[in-house]
Amino acid sequence: MNDVSNLPPSHEVESAAKAPAGIPDRGLAPAVNSVAKIRLDTISNLDQKVSIRNLNFYYGDQLALKNVSLPLCAKKVTAFIGPSGCGKSALLRVLNRMYDLYPKQRAEGEVLLDGVNILRPEQDLNLLRARVGMVFQKPTPFPMSIHDNIAFGLKLYEKLSRSELADRVEAALKRAALWDEVKEKLHASGLSLSGGQQQRLCIARTVALQPEVILLDEPCSALDPISTAKVEETIDELKENYTIAIVTHNMQQAARVSEHTAFMYLGELIEFGVTAQVFTSPEKKKTQNYITGRFG
Amino acid sequence: MAIYKSRRRRSAFYLGLCYVAVAIGLGWLAIILATLLFEGFRNFSLTVFTQMTPPPGAEGGLLNAITGSLIMTTLGVAIGTPLGMLAGTYMAEYGRYSKLTFFVRFINDILLSAPSIVIGLFVYEVMVVRMGHFSALAGAAALAVIVVPVVVRTTEDMLLLVPDTLREAARALGLPRSIVIGKVAYRAARAGLVTGVILAIARISGETAPLLFTALNNQFFSTNLNAPMSSLPAVIFQFALSPYKEWQHLAWTGALLITLAVLALSITARALQTQRPAK
Repeated sequence: MNDVSNLPPSHEVESAAKAPAGIPDRGLAPAVNSVAKIRLDTISNLDQKVSIRNLNFYYGDQLALKNVSLPLCAKKVTAFIGPSGCGKSALLRVLNRMYDLYPKQRAEGEVLLDGVNILRPEQDLNLLRARVGMVFQKPTPFPMSIHDNIAFGLKLYEKLSRSELADRVEAALKRAALWDEVKEKLHASGLSLSGGQQQRLCIARTVALQPEVILLDEPCSALDPISTAKVEETIDELKENYTIAIVTHNMQQAARVSEHTAFMYLGELIEFGVTAQVFTSPEKKKTQNYITGRFG
Repeated sequence: MAIYKSRRRRSAFYLGLCYVAVAIGLGWLAIILATLLFEGFRNFSLTVFTQMTPPPGAEGGLLNAITGSLIMTTLGVAIGTPLGMLAGTYMAEYGRYSKLTFFVRFINDILLSAPSIVIGLFVYEVMVVRMGHFSALAGAAALAVIVVPVVVRTTEDMLLLVPDTLREAARALGLPRSIVIGKVAYRAARAGLVTGVILAIARISGETAPLLFTALNNQFFSTNLNAPMSSLPAVIFQFALSPYKEWQHLAWTGALLITLAVLALSITARALQTQRPAK
């Protein structure tokens, strides 16, 4: 995990609990307020792949996201935590405009992807979704072979020869740490795999299209601990190349995989910052209560 | 203990009623099938498949009726299936929230239970009267009108059974709607869709009333779509009511053929349905 990133945050995740003083940022910031200042400085120095600005989201008349603003930094993992119904998933579904599939849902504000507002009406949704991939809570393999599950999307976007296609399928399956388990049975149905394998197949399918941002909506909530560990390893490898946003109910998971954490409650962004700091010295009382399990 | 005993007695009583009801239902079916098998096979010979329907008092077969039924059923399904599939697809995929869908579903349910003789009369007015003569084409059209609502219904139901998460997953890859429907939703619902078509075939292969008004009948072999055409149900209707022994025998045989064909289709449909993978 540590060798992946040369920036402090990911390192902090493991060491923060034991030796917070050893980290430069923390050492300079004895008071809570300056910690907050520094953590935002640390983040604002990073390259912003996605900037969410003053986002409101509605299910019909119901306001599900209230004036949310935060960045997703390039090649970092941003975790979204918060109790059920706090708007984490809604936020994720704005980022690839999944909500557009349903007539009564709408978003206001700005979501800039590389500086371009993707909420503008003329945005081509299929192109957007090819750039911003998504993996869902429940594994959703298509009713076709393992190979075709991945090749299906690829063939639509690129003209590939049979061998190029095979290479891309293999590369995607390797990325998702699934190759060794399925290389002998690429033509078996995707539905024949176990839950954890299906979920990694879905990740492979998303990765195969080489998106720039990957959204993971509770990708491990239906998986056993071993599969979860594998998916987390996969996420760790993916962040070398991709900007990742993950919604999770598992606090340890957020702490393990992410550099940045956003805590949401009742549609509002309560706190956003470097993961280690959010988990060890949260700025807001609510965050602390949630993290320590006192409500939620 | 007394309560328990009286409950057991009540249970036994109602269970007994259930068995009686089942026995009555299945009993009649068994009698019908047994009579059909006995009468049908008693006079069965291969000339059924090689000779035409005979004039009164002569021996013959059902070749023209079998051919006619096959042609008109095939044509009816070929016309009705695409129409029904497209309408069902619109209702389940595109217009799921629209008023039109609600309206069409309502009308479709009425059409689904409309007496087939009414459909026959309708096609008679619209096609036979205008064309000036009975024709196989009009027969096929009447059958198609019966096929459409069956296919609309099963297509919509089966597509609605496909979980939305699957559609979302496909759309999240940036796949356009048409591809998601054609390559993912149809594929996930394939067994159900095929079952719908098979049930529609089973439904129309025994229809008599709509054919009497449209294709009429033809005692000669004909594949001309613009002329009257024979069909098994029409021949059964005509021959069974006649006073001639040979005709009555052929009617039994024809009834047996239809029943066996429908039975085979139903079994196929059932087999396909149980094959459907768990969602």
